[in-house]
Amino acid sequence: MNELTEAPLVQDPRLLRRLLRAKDRIDAASHENWTVARLARVSGVSQAHFARAFRQAFGTPPHRYLLTRRVERAAALLRETDASVTDIAFQTGWSSLGSFSRTVRDVTGMTPTELRDRTIAPPALPQCYLRAAERPDLKIAVSEKRRRAAAVTPASHHEEE
Amino acid sequence: MEGVQVAGIYVRDQDEALDFYVNKLGFRVHSDVRNGPFRWLTVKYPGQTDFQLGLFRPGAPMVDDATAQTLDAAVAKGAMPPLVLAVKDCRAAYAELHARGVEFTQEPVERYGAVDASFRDPSGNGWKLVER
Repeated sequence: MNELTEAPLVQDPRLLRRLLRAKDRIDAASHENWTVARLARVSGVSQAHFARAFRQAFGTPPHRYLLTRRVERAAALLRETDASVTDIAFQTGWSSLGSFSRTVRDVTGMTPTELRDRTIAPPALPQCYLRAAERPDLKIAVSEKRRRAAAVTPASHHEEE
Repeated sequence: MEGVQVAGIYVRDQDEALDFYVNKLGFRVHSDVRNGPFRWLTVKYPGQTDFQLGLFRPGAPMVDDATAQTLDAAVAKGAMPPLVLAVKDCRAAYAELHARGVEFTQEPVERYGAVDASFRDPSGNGWKLVER
């Protein structure tokens, strides 16, 4: 085992503070193209260590966190605005409508149109807290979620509903 | 009862926090008392007579080293509860604080008729600037 690649049990608060900066930047502009290289630069961490350090700190890999924030924002825009699904897809950082719809479905179990139609009570909380409360809880990779869904036959999936 | 007198936050370094809250945000020192390694440090906002914000280090004698480490990590991960500063003009406050080097995490945004912005202190505590 190479000691250098082992993540330490306890992360240095100074490192965590710099990783938080990357998380904050995703939160502020989730539609932007956040490559590991760019996030690592924000945190002042090497690319090789960034994803693992971020995951250890926040419990989710950076890319999955980014997807979660994008879906959350798209869901809010679908409900709160009249913009077309295509416009919202591009506005929230996807480069194609297909990948947007697929990811939204994989994460929330609903199509963008179904999300739009789902009415919610008028907000009594500040929007940011409300959105956080509704943040899709992505505990597994989207690809894994797709794999599991594919293993369920359409018939049995229907019965579950 | 007469209300809240002191509420504190954890900071990673009290000198650094003192500099930030006084020189960047405009608080004044209210109490700065040391007893061995322990330091009771509170600041207050000029004009707000009856409330002190404590800038505390997690540590002995209140908590053990491992707990202090956990608390330091939670602060640095931005996991502590939200804090709110009231301002008359959020955009003006943003411009002023930004020019002083405060790390903003959200620029002023108008929501439902009021403007708000967000920043963090050096330790990771998250503040919202809210107009009222």
